[in-house]
Amino acid sequence: MSTSPLADLAQQTTELLAAIAALSTLDALRDAEASLTGKRSPLAALQKSLGALEPATRKTAGAELQEARRIVETALEERRADLRREARRSSLETDRLDLGDVIPSDVHWPLAAGHPGLVSLTQRELEDVFVGMGFTVADGPEVESDWYNFEALNIPPAHPARGLWDTFYIDLGEPETVVLRTHTSPTQIHLMERAVATDSLPIHSVMPGRCFRRDTPDASHLYSFHQIEGLVVDRGITFGDLAGVIETFTRAYFGPDISSRLRPGYFPFTEPSAEFEVTCTICRGAGCRTCSSTGWLELGGCGMLDPAVLAAVGIDGEQWSGFAFGFGIDRCAQMRHELSDMRALIENDVRFLGQFS
Amino acid sequence: MKVSLNWLREFVDLPETIDDLRTVLDDLGLVVEGIANVGHGLEDVVVARVDEIRDIQGADRIRLVVVDAGHGPLEIVCGAMNFAVGDHVPLAPVGAVLPGGFTIGERTVRGVTSHGMLCSPRELELNDDHQGLMVLDGLIEPHVGERLLAALKITPDVVFDISVEGNRPDAWCVEGVARDLATRLRRTLRSPAGASTNSATKSDSFASASIDDPDLCGRLTVSVLRNVKVTASPSWVAQRLQNAGMRPISNVVDASNLVMLELGQPTHPYDAARVARHTLRARRARPGETLVTLDGVERQLAKSGRGLGDTGEDLVIVDGDDRVLGLAGIMGGASSEISADTTDVLLEAAFFDPMTIARSSKRHALRSEASNRFERGVDPQLALRAAARYAAILSESVPEVQWLANPIDVHGTIPIPPTVELRGTDIARLLGVEIAPEDVTAILSGLGFSLVQKRDHVQVTAPTSRLDVRAGSEGRADVIEEIARLYSYRRLPRHNPSWPELGVLNDRQRLRRKLRDVVVDAGALEVWTATLGSDADFDLLHRDQPRVRVTNPLAADESVLRATQITGVVRAWAKNYERGLGDVILAEFGVVFAHPSVTSEPRMTKGGAGGTLTLALPRENERVTIVLGRPDDDAKSAVALWSVLARRLGLQDVVVRSVNEAPRGLHPTRAAGLVDRSSGALLGYVGEVDAELVDAVTTGSPLRRLGLLDIDFDALADARLATRVPSAVMMPSRFPSAVLDLALVTPQRVNADDMAYALRQASDLVEEVTLFDVYQGPGLAEGTRSLAYNVRLSSSDRTLNENEVTRCRAQLIDAAASLGAVLR
Ligand SMILES: [Zn+2]
Repeated sequence: MSTSPLADLAQQTTELLAAIAALSTLDALRDAEASLTGKRSPLAALQKSLGALEPATRKTAGAELQEARRIVETALEERRADLRREARRSSLETDRLDLGDVIPSDVHWPLAAGHPGLVSLTQRELEDVFVGMGFTVADGPEVESDWYNFEALNIPPAHPARGLWDTFYIDLGEPETVVLRTHTSPTQIHLMERAVATDSLPIHSVMPGRCFRRDTPDASHLYSFHQIEGLVVDRGITFGDLAGVIETFTRAYFGPDISSRLRPGYFPFTEPSAEFEVTCTICRGAGCRTCSSTGWLELGGCGMLDPAVLAAVGIDGEQWSGFAFGFGIDRCAQMRHELSDMRALIENDVRFLGQFS
Repeated sequence: MKVSLNWLREFVDLPETIDDLRTVLDDLGLVVEGIANVGHGLEDVVVARVDEIRDIQGADRIRLVVVDAGHGPLEIVCGAMNFAVGDHVPLAPVGAVLPGGFTIGERTVRGVTSHGMLCSPRELELNDDHQGLMVLDGLIEPHVGERLLAALKITPDVVFDISVEGNRPDAWCVEGVARDLATRLRRTLRSPAGASTNSATKSDSFASASIDDPDLCGRLTVSVLRNVKVTASPSWVAQRLQNAGMRPISNVVDASNLVMLELGQPTHPYDAARVARHTLRARRARPGETLVTLDGVERQLAKSGRGLGDTGEDLVIVDGDDRVLGLAGIMGGASSEISADTTDVLLEAAFFDPMTIARSSKRHALRSEASNRFERGVDPQLALRAAARYAAILSESVPEVQWLANPIDVHGTIPIPPTVELRGTDIARLLGVEIAPEDVTAILSGLGFSLVQKRDHVQVTAPTSRLDVRAGSEGRADVIEEIARLYSYRRLPRHNPSWPELGVLNDRQRLRRKLRDVVVDAGALEVWTATLGSDADFDLLHRDQPRVRVTNPLAADESVLRATQITGVVRAWAKNYERGLGDVILAEFGVVFAHPSVTSEPRMTKGGAGGTLTLALPRENERVTIVLGRPDDDAKSAVALWSVLARRLGLQDVVVRSVNEAPRGLHPTRAAGLVDRSSGALLGYVGEVDAELVDAVTTGSPLRRLGLLDIDFDALADARLATRVPSAVMMPSRFPSAVLDLALVTPQRVNADDMAYALRQASDLVEEVTLFDVYQGPGLAEGTRSLAYNVRLSSSDRTLNENEVTRCRAQLIDAAASLGAVLR
């Protein structure tokens, strides 16, 4: 019997494994890698010697060598992972600090101006205007069921109006039952339900918050944005009151030379519905490219609460009436600060962030 | 929807200027999104024949063209190459003013004088083609010298692009827009002429129709038109379609489209020869059936969709062999399409259930001009009027056409227009102002509503074209909206309501504002990072955990709702750092989400059709995440910031307590929980960002420690969890204080805040305890460190004497001993 070139394979493997086990640092491992599994490894030498064998023996020998290589490589990778863990453990140990022992007054704190975000700043200004007008402020969740986002707002399943909102659906429950809210209007429903449950009508509230629409981002849209919604439910509230509130808000927020007007629109949850426009803030009404020469810019939607919405939350429409309005917080910021690309809001470049106070 | 002014003027007199009309349309809620002029400025353009084409020396992009427009040869310099001698092209002679106000003058190029301009379709604003000149041969039979407008049979027109709201099924046609204008302007509305049947032969001797499912198909009418010849449409038909953005195809198809644009009734012409037994039947599609629609796509019918409550219902039209001809009201099939050989036409004009059309159209992602109208609700009484109009238009190109008598008219369930009671006070109650009864009557009857005066109310019945009008109190709001709309919203007086309730922020909102102010005052910049991230991002800190996933993300890396803000803020910091702008503190105020299966508090809410299901929604947790990235920042600066926040927010006693298992993302040996001493609640974490996370989100790893504060705002805002300092103030003693320094060798496991607390509790005389030094190292036993406290003693009613101070010191040492500490 001729001696196989692989006669030493078992022995070689054992020696390699021992060498690997003996490695004690990541640096040592990196240095030894070539001689263990790389070009200078005994396994590579054996690989070369296979060429001289009969095809039949070569095949079996090749397989054996392959298996040995796999064992050695696995051992090396395990060792590498062990050493990494060990290195991290020891560096974490060196780093260990009981934060209870920190003495705040020892910490050096350079003085520098901070800045609120443009959206939260704008939201606060809007809230302040409405609080001054007698509104409270309410928050609501960002994930909603289809009931709150649509159906209670008089938009039944498969209603073509659902197509007006490009909805992100969430993988929970039955298909299309859970959504990222497409507007702040579901918060209206929560408020009215709560008021009915606690017998605490009337409601005069604004609801700011983050909303989501499945809309490819560009200079004027992001898939997430912020709206502020207003809701009044009281006795004897009319469309004239709605128009008055919109006008008061417009002048208070944009300035005395900016006014508002309403034109018919369509929202399933209000009837009559209106779009509201404000004097173009660029040309002050004279007509320019931004306002398509009309002198007006569309800001939001509004209307008298639809009787179907009142019915959905159990409010008696003979006793109570109300209105709702909503518009974009980001859009207000854009108008006031001449923001040419909304994407700057999420890019978080500190040169952009450091401008708002 | 594109509506031409000339077309509108056939229905109603409109002498107004374009701007005035735009204002009226906008105010009617028919918002004009664009105005296009068609065929304006072409009055001077004539047809010219190309007689000769010569090269110009030294120029290869322009040539000299000699044309004749009826007054002898004219030399024109021209850059287009797409024509040959003998072709007829439009010529704008010197002095002509083209659309857009451009006046043609003589000009000299490379020594050659050009006496006019040869035009492309775009230069004439006829269409967007700018490839070359508009070569007229093939389009028309051109005559040299003829005015181009006459040659092309174009009438100058203005086209309004109007956005029609979803509650105006009636306004999706020229007549509907005209009706609004006529009512607003108090003018007469004219109707277009329809044909009458002109054959003694009865329709049912040739064709038949039936409805299997009366709930889905409310009406199916079939008109039989024989002796048809398929040709091109008359030019006015073609122009109207083009102005509306539709392509002319043939007289038979174009007439159908024209009627839809004009009256709002979609119709469908079938080649009778390709409809078995000349029979049309409306029925539900059966599972397994397929249809190749006109767009060439094979559709699986009656297959339930993903949409909420979508059972997969499709309504189809089948022939006498039960073969599916088309998806009713949405799109026809190729098999019964009109062809050049068609001689007999079956014209279907029907009413289909709007919701069925809406669901099918959504499920098959198939929208058509027809489905857009049917899903909003086409007037169920319009079918035969539309057929008559169709026959009238078709007979212009085919005078010999025969419309068989008694068109087939099968009924299913047709919605009945609701009747609404309008009481005397209803209008003022909703609008805030009375509107004169004669105005109300003029408006409503102008819109086709019928009014019957009863003793204490007016009974208003909506026209069949207004399927959007509901019954009961909702219908009342619908009717009043129409009154307000036609009266003009701008004429309604404004009023400022007032109420006794105050406008205020609640505690949570005030706290949020205060926290933001303090964080900003400390030097932080507020960021806004993405709510939606990738699986890989989620896995960085929440590997193997269930995630809240978006079903229909815009991109794969925006498909998971974030479970932390840490990753986002660190990434925002890293991006700035890589630009050399990393010496900042960044803070985000936002919401993170936990899958309902991993949170102990999923949000239970109602949902599903009718709100009949109870759904478990993700827990939403509002957090404030602050990353400190200035050069010397680390866990200590984060703790220092927290101590300032805690004091400014009036928190009574929050312990910075080491944790055995820090959440991922925090440096494992430099993290602590913020624990309210009396409630035991965890208000957040403080520490450093784990270097592994920084590595994962940066390209080159910055060797910089990042301080981290991740506050649970929900806990912070809950006064039961985050204990506030009492509202009654502590009055400082007017007597001198005694100050003691105590250095205590304390086991490492004892928290320094706990020790301070124990010292405070040791005696009533302790006013304040402050840690001022920590020592660890030579001289101290392993596992211990020395904590040096400054203890201020005082009494409100006396100066403390030496004995009292000594006794107190002993009490302090005892208290320290109870925690295993000894005086150093
Ligand atoms: Zn403007």
